[in-house]
Amino acid sequence: MKMVLAYIRHEAFEPIRTELLNLGFPSLSISEVKGSGRQKGITERYRGAELTNYLRPKVKVECVVSDKDVQTIVDTVLKHARSGEVGDGKVFVLPVEEAYRIRTGESGEETLQAHPDPAAATA
Amino acid sequence: MERRRTLRALPPARKLMLLASLALLAMLIIPAVAPAYSPDLEKAIDGKLPADVGINSIWVVVAGALVMFMQAGFAFLEIGFSRGKNAGTVVAKILTNFSIAAICWWACGFAIAFGAGGFAGHAGGFFFTDIGDPTKTFPVMGLSSATIEAKWFFQFVFCAVSLAIVWGTTLERIKFGVYIIYSIVFASLIYPLGAHWVFGGGFLQTGDWLGTGIAGMQDFAGSTAVHLIGASGALAALLLLGPRKGKFGPDGEPRPIPGHNMPLFGLGVLILWLGWFGFNPGSTLGALDGRFPEVLLITNLAAASGVLAAVSTAYIRTKAIDIGMAGNGAIAALVAITAPSGYVEIWAAPIIGAVGGVIVVLGVYFVDKYIDDPVGALSAHGMAGIWGTISCGIFTAPRLAEYNAFGDPAGGLVYSGSPQQLIAQVVGVTIAFTFVFSMSYVTFFLIKKTYGLRVSEAEEDAGLDISEHGMYGYPEQFIPAPELVGAAPGPVPATAGGPVATGKEVPA
Repeated sequence: MKMVLAYIRHEAFEPIRTELLNLGFPSLSISEVKGSGRQKGITERYRGAELTNYLRPKVKVECVVSDKDVQTIVDTVLKHARSGEVGDGKVFVLPVEEAYRIRTGESGEETLQAHPDPAAATA
Repeated sequence: MERRRTLRALPPARKLMLLASLALLAMLIIPAVAPAYSPDLEKAIDGKLPADVGINSIWVVVAGALVMFMQAGFAFLEIGFSRGKNAGTVVAKILTNFSIAAICWWACGFAIAFGAGGFAGHAGGFFFTDIGDPTKTFPVMGLSSATIEAKWFFQFVFCAVSLAIVWGTTLERIKFGVYIIYSIVFASLIYPLGAHWVFGGGFLQTGDWLGTGIAGMQDFAGSTAVHLIGASGALAALLLLGPRKGKFGPDGEPRPIPGHNMPLFGLGVLILWLGWFGFNPGSTLGALDGRFPEVLLITNLAAASGVLAAVSTAYIRTKAIDIGMAGNGAIAALVAITAPSGYVEIWAAPIIGAVGGVIVVLGVYFVDKYIDDPVGALSAHGMAGIWGTISCGIFTAPRLAEYNAFGDPAGGLVYSGSPQQLIAQVVGVTIAFTFVFSMSYVTFFLIKKTYGLRVSEAEEDAGLDISEHGMYGYPEQFIPAPELVGAAPGPVPATAGGPVATGKEVPA
């Protein structure tokens, strides 16, 4: 079990979500985050004074999948999040100890992404 | 790292803008040599200025000030319907446009719009000089004894309202310079000509032009002259500008882009409603015939009916009390009652307002499927403006047609049984729309080919506040608190061989 953790641009999220859904991975969480990296800050001017904002907003995507699916997820993120400009973000893969589905109490890999009918989840 | 900006270093577009504004400022000194026109003051010194001049002028100036306040209404309405990243730019736009319009209206707008002449006013009054006898230079303004300065101000704020309406369709993606270029053309040429024809004593208003025998067009306060003209410019801009990024999905399905602040939108609507108590009742241009309170009553009845009709229509369609539609209903009804407010009896006001309220809701649903009009300006000002103008042809009372001395003295369809007035209204609307739409389309097309209409996709993503103005409307929302209190930048890590931070700003 692995967690794929991706920091991406806002506009990259929608195509990634759509493709993951079609591939059968509807379960993920996102957060609005701010961070700094090589991407330059934004300079704001207020009454003639400059104020540089070094933290830029990004979307953080978390998705836990079984080991064999990790490469699919990572490839999807890389495909859609890459614009070639500085500021595209990063992807991390972390090990996960255990997973439980709260509704049923079951645990293990079958709780992760195995929705029987991914198309039904689109509705 | 301070980069000194010199004129040479500016990009060509910026340089052009700078020169244009300098030229505009230089215009200010042209008429400095002309003597001021002040027969009223001489009469007052002699003790011969009649009291009615003062009384009528007070009402016209107060009404004009109420109409000026509508700029705040438009600002808040548009800010409320925009996303938070495009809030500040509206403030800059409203202030800039209002100011440019003031200068242009003084230079030539008023003279063209209200001077004597069938096609365009040309009897003097450019730069407010060479006025002579105001009742001869501006015959249509001679209906009351208010001073010509009061009337100038009142008509100027109308022009500014019309200009503000144009930009409702263009929010969140237009280049700021487009506002500046188009507002000069609009306030010195497009609006003055259109307004002249419809309610400035031009051929549509006097009727029987080119021997057609058509009745004079009735537009008391500007359903066509102000609102439809604004909306026609808005349609031209929108067609050339295209939708906001993300408005239509890959399959072409429209998606809502909710505005960020419904309370501000509501404040805008209420300010506009208040402003309309100057807009319509002030169009009597005087207080002493006692007509203005009746016009105010009619205006308010129509607006109230519009809200109720719009809320009901939206409820039937969506099973929700739609806040935006309640406001749009008020605006549409006020737009609709603008033309007939001085021509119809009180019983007609709720009907005209309610129909306006239904039109705006169905109009917004319809327009939204095909083009991206963020505030519903095409429906609220365009469609409701057309309905209001046409409603004169149906409901105009003979006594008021006679009193105002424009159009068929037999009244509208329900009184006269003849479509005479209705035809005049339809023809007038068609001509005004065609003229303003084509003039605006050409103007925007030229701007698009030279300067460009739209910001880049990256700038649209980042928002116009930061990309066009270098600051946020809501800084705390975009800048984390630790940075706001002045944290110094840390040392930049060396990136040997790696990619270098781009000089061009890329949005989040």
